[in-house]
Amino acid sequence: MSAVTSPAPVESKKQAKHEASVLISKGARSRPLFDPEIVRRAIQESFLKLNPVKVAKNPVMFVVEVGAALTTIFVVKDAMAGAGGVFFGVQIAFWLWFTVIFANFAEAMAEARGKAQADALRKTKVDTVAHKVLPDGKYEMVPASKLRSGDVVYCEAGYVIPGDGEVIEGVASVDESVITGESAPVIRESGGDRSAVTGGTMVLSDHITIRITSNPGETFLDRMIALVEGAVRQKTPNEIALNILIAGLTLVFLLAVATLPTYSKYAIQAVGNGTAPTIAVLVSLLVCLIPTTIGGLLSAIGIAGMDRVMQHNVLAMSGKAVEASGDVNTLLLDKTGTITLGNRQAVEFLTVDGVSESELADAAQLSSLADETPEGRSIVVLAKEKYKLRGREVAARNAQFIPFSAYTRMSGVDLDGRHLRKGATGAIAQFVKESGGTVPQSLQEISDRISRNGGTPLAVADGSRILGVIHLKDIVKGGMKDRLASLRAMGIRSVMITGDNPLTAAAIAQEAGVDDFLAQATPQDKLEYIRKEQAQGRLVAMTGDGTNDAPALAQADVGVAMNTGTMAAKEAGNMVDLDSNPTKLIEIVAIGKQLLITRGSLTTFSIANDVAKYFAIIPAMFAAIYPELNKLNIMGLHSPQSAVLAAVIFNAVIIIALIPLALRGVQYKPVSAGQMLTRNLLIYGLGGIIVPFPGIWLIDKMLVAMHLA
Amino acid sequence: MTLLGIAQIAIFFVLVVAITKPAGVFMYRVFEGERTFLHPVFRPLERLIYWLGGVREEEEQSWVRYSASMISLSIFSFIFVYLLQRLQGHLPLNPMHFSTPQAPSNATAMTPDLAFNTAVSFTTNTNWQSYSPDTTMSYLTQMAALAVQNFVSAAVGIAVAVALIRGFARHTAKTIGNFWVDVTRCTLYVLLPICILATLFFVAQGSIQNFKGPATVTTLEGASQVIEQGPLASQLAIKMLGTNGGGYFNANSAHPYENPTPLANLLQMLLIFVLGAGLTYMFGKMVRDTRQGWAIFAAMSLMFLAGAFICYWAEQRGNPMLTNMGLEHVYTAGQPGGNMEGKEVRFGNPMTALFATVTTDASCGAVIGMHDSFTPIGGLVPLFNIQTDEVIFGGVGAGLYSMLIYAVVAVFIGGLMVGRTPEYVGKKIEQKEVKMAIIAILATSVVILGFTAISSVAPFAKGGYWNSPGPAAANTNNGAAHGFSEMLYAYSSGAGNNGSAFAGINANTPWYNLTIGLDMLVGRFLFIIPALAIAGSLASKKLVPVTSGTLPTNGSLFVVLLIGTVIIVGALTYFPALSLGPIVEHFQMLNGKLF
Repeated sequence: MSAVTSPAPVESKKQAKHEASVLISKGARSRPLFDPEIVRRAIQESFLKLNPVKVAKNPVMFVVEVGAALTTIFVVKDAMAGAGGVFFGVQIAFWLWFTVIFANFAEAMAEARGKAQADALRKTKVDTVAHKVLPDGKYEMVPASKLRSGDVVYCEAGYVIPGDGEVIEGVASVDESVITGESAPVIRESGGDRSAVTGGTMVLSDHITIRITSNPGETFLDRMIALVEGAVRQKTPNEIALNILIAGLTLVFLLAVATLPTYSKYAIQAVGNGTAPTIAVLVSLLVCLIPTTIGGLLSAIGIAGMDRVMQHNVLAMSGKAVEASGDVNTLLLDKTGTITLGNRQAVEFLTVDGVSESELADAAQLSSLADETPEGRSIVVLAKEKYKLRGREVAARNAQFIPFSAYTRMSGVDLDGRHLRKGATGAIAQFVKESGGTVPQSLQEISDRISRNGGTPLAVADGSRILGVIHLKDIVKGGMKDRLASLRAMGIRSVMITGDNPLTAAAIAQEAGVDDFLAQATPQDKLEYIRKEQAQGRLVAMTGDGTNDAPALAQADVGVAMNTGTMAAKEAGNMVDLDSNPTKLIEIVAIGKQLLITRGSLTTFSIANDVAKYFAIIPAMFAAIYPELNKLNIMGLHSPQSAVLAAVIFNAVIIIALIPLALRGVQYKPVSAGQMLTRNLLIYGLGGIIVPFPGIWLIDKMLVAMHLA
Repeated sequence: MTLLGIAQIAIFFVLVVAITKPAGVFMYRVFEGERTFLHPVFRPLERLIYWLGGVREEEEQSWVRYSASMISLSIFSFIFVYLLQRLQGHLPLNPMHFSTPQAPSNATAMTPDLAFNTAVSFTTNTNWQSYSPDTTMSYLTQMAALAVQNFVSAAVGIAVAVALIRGFARHTAKTIGNFWVDVTRCTLYVLLPICILATLFFVAQGSIQNFKGPATVTTLEGASQVIEQGPLASQLAIKMLGTNGGGYFNANSAHPYENPTPLANLLQMLLIFVLGAGLTYMFGKMVRDTRQGWAIFAAMSLMFLAGAFICYWAEQRGNPMLTNMGLEHVYTAGQPGGNMEGKEVRFGNPMTALFATVTTDASCGAVIGMHDSFTPIGGLVPLFNIQTDEVIFGGVGAGLYSMLIYAVVAVFIGGLMVGRTPEYVGKKIEQKEVKMAIIAILATSVVILGFTAISSVAPFAKGGYWNSPGPAAANTNNGAAHGFSEMLYAYSSGAGNNGSAFAGINANTPWYNLTIGLDMLVGRFLFIIPALAIAGSLASKKLVPVTSGTLPTNGSLFVVLLIGTVIIVGALTYFPALSLGPIVEHFQMLNGKLF
């Protein structure tokens, strides 16, 4: 029987494969955060990045570097003049340089991870030889790098596919593990939604003819390398806005510090004694006040966010797309394969009058023994579990199986003179009538009831007797309801897209807990729905794989194309899911949010830190003019020198301490915005005010113990 | 602090809460062009003004045209006030013959730099006065130039706030209203009616309103005293309502004519806050969620109460040095106690502390006591209020638009922390908004800190043109830390468009007149233009629907976030400077050093 069979076998296999691929890809793609190789590379980079031209891209760090250089110059000058306080100046200069190096290290760490991945990908990009098909049908051997869009090539088992293209003839199994990290082969065939092949993947069996669709250097693999390497990384809108904010704050502090020499000059004149703060102290105050923590970690956070997406085996075409996914208000989810398992399952046996449930179950099981579809198997399993009916050895009993045909719309078995059939209600009713039986009124009622609840009725007959109906149901994926509920908590509406009729769709929608559904949806309907949502100011995310999904994927703010999908779909979306798992949209949203939260939290932390640094530096700075200000030294720091040094060291070390947080992202739980803000304000706002006090105090104590100040 | 003192502050606050909604609803109707009970009287006049000015009422403006209109009105106002001052010697209503050879010996000369400073001051709603009005300005100048500007500059401030609110409220719009219509409506329906009623009230309480010259009287002690007179009451109401603060007399609202009774004093303070508070409600109503307005109101109120009580506590606590000397200065039935230096005995510590807080919260600048004579902490409150851009109810309009700019910054950081592109009342806060907010906040700190820095060390020659007393720092009455506070306060007051004087500084020299003038211009226009740019940018955006993923900006959490942003940004910017002024003074006072 297959009256209700969708392309189910593939779906269930994909599910199993997904599990496997996650394991594989986790092994292949993600490394420990501080992989020695990566750290070594990053340390090297962080010194190379001291080049002022490179640092100038980051206004905060540029100010630090200029300050470090200035301090160094003055220290050298003092040393040559034999002035006092040189040791203090040297230490300050040392830590200022390391502030920049630490920030560089954070960025280099984030980049190094991408570069390591890019290298791994590049290794697979060996220059293959292509069998180019000439107009006369003959082959010409050309290097893959010479192929242009529109060329036609031939590939057979063992060949590496020379470039991105579309299968125009034949069917083959292809190993795409280079791209997806998944070793199980996939089927590629001409026509339909599985015709796209990617350069660098390998044909495992059969042979195909491919029309190349990309020019050298523009292939999917090339783009993938560029993306993971961060070569094409552009600052995202929120990142730019945040950069403006911290650059503005830097200016404010520059002003606050630059005016201090005049104020102190006035004060010295007025009081009649004291000395003005030195360049080293002024620069120290400035560097401590400007948001170096976030300034040093900002680009690392962005790169790491892209990297996290990549670790989920999703290829984001831009950081903007990742950021936008945090803003999504509406998720369009396909029903089959996303919300429900790909196939329907038997959930109950409903008898007509005068038939016992076990008789119906027995007949249903017998008729399904030879039915290898998931639906058929689920009937056998249900009968076994509910009525303890074991699968029987039927071959011995002279059984003859009747396979499903589109004409009869039923299947079954002839056994010991019994004619057991199951199939669409109408078809079974017809069969019973032809066998001389009557159809009880309740059959239609039961069938209708099942339909109304979103299920599919499957009638069962034994010759001229109707026995009852099997209720086949779309099974909502385990945990889907909770995930959709957590989406709702985050303020995201989920919309189910299905080809089912509205009645069925409504029932499943309710069971799964989606907020809305689009029944009997055509690609045009999807597009309209997205436009309507966007007109109301909402951001929409969706997944798709078919060519007819392309317009909607392009229209959506976040369009995730399945890697199994067509080239058109992949081109239209701004992300490609290499595992082709539509549920992953939910994870992508979480990553996008986490990215923004990490930025916001570290900014808050960075600014909140300043409070303690004021209390460390201000009294130290003016102690020589107004000894009364020592009352502000609430941490009881040892001396003006140790206080300034401790603040500068804390400021530098906190960058290193926060690198893991920047790379991993702050913890994210799907809760409402209010709860999330409360939590993050307490941790990063209040925490940011409090933490530096003991931190600076401790460093001060250590400096004194080590006789450094 | 005494129970009576606390009760006075509490009663005032309850009255502010009570008038917020009615004021907001009324202004909402006015600016939305709805009919009010005043329409039968003022509508024909409004139409006539549009007809005379060639204004098409229905035609709206983009933010650029709105700004251009605002600037053109300000330039015209500046020129008019400047010329009227310079020519006052040749014009009528000058019974004291100021700026003529017959002027009294104690009169102040109307120099170009003083005229420039004053023209800027009144055009920018600052009302900084580096002169003594009763010995400088003719009645005509006071009425036709200064009092008129008190209306116009207030209306401009409110118009800008309304335009910014429209930016938040509108969905994909190109325009933010018509400047001329907003200014006209504000003047006719809001400022004038309230002023007329308040003026009558002040006259009833004992304020004067006449064109007479000064009266010479014999006091009870038999001495002879000259009492200035003039058209005072009519200027008093707008001085408060428009948060202008420019006094008719040098003593400002400490003068018995300018503040005749405690009841008049209460009304003056209410007039300062009424429009600023009402605008928060109007904001909520225009963005279709009055809780948004109340959240802003709550943030302002908490900061106001904190400031008022800190100031009152510091003043009532008095000077520990007096205690050390064995002097009784605690509150008893017979004496008010506390620090009474520079305070009117009629008002005492609680009212003076409250008034000082109110007038600096709101960029008004009217005073009933000498802020210069406050204890260091008492004086720190007004100074800090000004430096945080006067966002606590604030100058009419200015308070709200400044607060909304802080809200933009607060929401930007807070919004990121909830994992979305930040939104405020349905509008996404992006690059342009952040950039403009930063420009606005940065501009004021540049002039405050920059000019203070230059004045701290500017080495002018004694007797020279720019600053005859010598170095700029020499103009302060007190040296060292307190002198520094005086300079810092002057530039803060100018850039904040407050206009209150810490006093204790002789600011009528070309150097101070020019720099404080520039200070006021930057503080006004480099705040307004970014605010209007934000309005234009926001108006063109879509309104994003609110979901549970949206940062809630109408609850207590946001109030905390907003207050935190205002205080931290303010504190971080000015803490080094403040530590060399009021903070060190405080510690010095505890150590027994005074100025």
